[in-house]
Amino acid sequence: MTASPQTDDSHELALSVRGLTVNLPHGMERAHAVEDISFDLERGKILCVIGESGSGKSVTANTIMGLLPRVIGVSAGSITLNGLEIVGMDAESLRSLRGRVVSMIFQDPLSALNPLLTVGAQVDEAMRAHGIGTQASRRKRAVELLDEVGLPDPALMYNQYPFRLSGGQRQRVMIAMALALEPSILIADEPTTALDVTTQAQILELIRDIQRRKGMSVLFITHDFGVVAEIADNVVVMEKGHVVEQGTADQVLKAPEHPYTKRLIAAVPHLTDKDRPSLQSAGSDTVLKVEGLTKTYRSGSALLRTQRVVPAVRDVSFELASGRTLGVVGESGSGKSSLGRLLTKLMDCDGGRILFEGRDIAPMAETEFRPLRQRIQMIFQDPFASLNPRATIGRILTVGPTAHGMPYAKAREDARALLDLVGLDTGAYGRYPHEFSGGQRQRIGIARALMFEPTLLVADEAVSALDVSIQAQILELLDKVQRETGISMVFITHDLRVASQICDDIAVMQRGRIVEMGPPSQIFLNPKSDYTRELVAAIPGESSNRPELAAAEG
Amino acid sequence: MTTLTATHSPSRWWQSRVLRRFLSHRLALLGLLMITLLTLACVVGPYLLPYDSLYIDLRARFAPPFASDHYLGTDPLGRDIAARLFMAGRISLLVGFFAMVLSIFVGTLVGVIAGYRGGWISAVLMRTVDGFLSYPTIFLLLALAAALKPSPVMITIIIAVTSWMEVARIVEAEVRSLKEREFVLAGRMLGLGRSHIMFREILPNAMGPIIVAATLTVARAILLEAYISFLGFGIQPPLPSWGNMLNGAQQYLASAPWLAIIPGIAITIAVSSFNFIGDGLRDALDVRNDTV
Repeated sequence: MTASPQTDDSHELALSVRGLTVNLPHGMERAHAVEDISFDLERGKILCVIGESGSGKSVTANTIMGLLPRVIGVSAGSITLNGLEIVGMDAESLRSLRGRVVSMIFQDPLSALNPLLTVGAQVDEAMRAHGIGTQASRRKRAVELLDEVGLPDPALMYNQYPFRLSGGQRQRVMIAMALALEPSILIADEPTTALDVTTQAQILELIRDIQRRKGMSVLFITHDFGVVAEIADNVVVMEKGHVVEQGTADQVLKAPEHPYTKRLIAAVPHLTDKDRPSLQSAGSDTVLKVEGLTKTYRSGSALLRTQRVVPAVRDVSFELASGRTLGVVGESGSGKSSLGRLLTKLMDCDGGRILFEGRDIAPMAETEFRPLRQRIQMIFQDPFASLNPRATIGRILTVGPTAHGMPYAKAREDARALLDLVGLDTGAYGRYPHEFSGGQRQRIGIARALMFEPTLLVADEAVSALDVSIQAQILELLDKVQRETGISMVFITHDLRVASQICDDIAVMQRGRIVEMGPPSQIFLNPKSDYTRELVAAIPGESSNRPELAAAEG
Repeated sequence: MTTLTATHSPSRWWQSRVLRRFLSHRLALLGLLMITLLTLACVVGPYLLPYDSLYIDLRARFAPPFASDHYLGTDPLGRDIAARLFMAGRISLLVGFFAMVLSIFVGTLVGVIAGYRGGWISAVLMRTVDGFLSYPTIFLLLALAAALKPSPVMITIIIAVTSWMEVARIVEAEVRSLKEREFVLAGRMLGLGRSHIMFREILPNAMGPIIVAATLTVARAILLEAYISFLGFGIQPPLPSWGNMLNGAQQYLASAPWLAIIPGIAITIAVSSFNFIGDGLRDALDVRNDTV
């Protein structure tokens, strides 16, 4: 490599950002992605950049990596890596810095790995691109790296393709690639967001371990204060492209000064040791009783002996009284979403009974079930996919009831009243979904589910796609709706903290079975099964910092 | 809880991003302009010209273009080419347009049902599509046109029969991916009927590719009509069409080349304009081009 820029590793600040302003193209909601931000990453420390979606935290990371799309450009400020200015540096010099001095791990390890190359080839590529080593030495180094990030049997792993790996293992491969050239700075952009809570805990542990061992400096981008509490030395809080607060992790977490930081910290859901106060309207009559519910996915052909049988839900039984909320928690693949689809009859079960208001709905045909469908409604995970983009909010809300014979005028009146109930302007009626934010769309989704005055609401990861502050508002809304209508809820989530906020009872699912069921106080403080204990222990930011966070919240 | 108001963004159709992107596509605009002019000429042109398309001016046979008040010259019978060109345009454009309407209708219907229902219904429908696609189009067209009485309506139907399959494939793929979206599940949760979900919830979301396919199908249909009329199986004289005008010009290519060149240019303009519009629409409707 000719004339590759040299950096000075002895420099005190690994990374220094001064007055950085990045423009957005015209016609966007604001003129700058980030405006006049400054922060420093000290050598050998972990700096967390935290903010909600649209705060400019990812743009900041991409600017440092020189990975901005062409339409947005740096208009002012400086970024120095180990004392070397990189704003305005030519593309070739930047490329030689990437990977060697600073490297990055991404949120989604599935799309960041090339599905057609073996794991080893991809780690090897990182070194080859910078012209380092011989084929044999690179191979040896790659196996070492795979070992270092804790992958089992690294020599075998070297020849595996990404699709054979679990999400956590893929993220470990990403980290191995990022470490290949021993960079002094590692940028991690939401590296654990797509992972299960137990896997997340392991990856956080790995990053911290590697950082300590190698004395690396880490810029860690996240939206989760729990993760910050686990890992950060210093914290930068961003809101709408501005740095609103920065300081040591202790300072920011225990004594936040800026109102936005306070609000964010307060919005973080925590495990509560208190059970939810029972509602006045909560009766003793059972709305839903599930007995021995079973669902098995089959693919391939039994005839050709290529059949794959995956039990999704195994012998699940529970009971839900009116006005109460049952939380169903579990990691991905635990069968919790399949359970939700079985309860709403979006999918047929293989065995067991679903007694809804005393009638077994499991064996009913769609036409027989249709009148009952109105009484069981669902809130979906993705507020962007769950509303028909070509229909106005009014049509989205009224189409169901009018299809069942309600006069349009009545449906419109109901829709307006519900928009008001979920905290939206009634002017929303004539608008289209794209005009609303994620949280507002989720409110519309809730209004749609309530149009039929159902007795059972199934919420499948209803707040998972939302920012924490919005999440808190939606949970509050669901609580209010339940208090006002006495509806029963099945609340499916992977986030135990969220479940503890809103549920009267919690069922923990693992591999299709309910392994433990009980009130939040039992599940979180006195778990009976090992799996539940493991899940609770993996929740970020709860083990050590809980008292402090609770104090800050108060 | 505070009342939230929607974030304002342009929602009137003339402010939409799709239209803006379409208008910034030069070729598409040119295509739109040419098609509008051509259609206008075919509609009002014949009334403004001094000669009727069937009037035989024997003294002015083989008049070259731009020489007399037969502006585009005359044919071997002394009929005014300009008048015939516009009358033929009416037939050709109408055949093209209605062939498109028919094939879009059939293709969309098959595509939506196959895409949404899946299973054996999809298998039967899509294998039928494959069956139709495996015949060489031109031979199928000629065989049908030779066997049936070639009126403009029949030609339209024949062309539609040979060109709905691509639309069906496009729509099937689109619907298959759309039906996995949560708003479709939401529709089922609301107890909406199957046809309501298929045609009123999913179909509007697949309109982009269908519109693009429609413009390209018009172009193809005009071209197909010209093929079969040129080969003598299509629109029969004295009713003019661009294709049979070319047919009539064959013998005089050396002595009166304008007889072939003029309808040839008309076909080229119409087909390439529709293709340009189709390209423009494809770029405009492709959400992936959004710079967000």
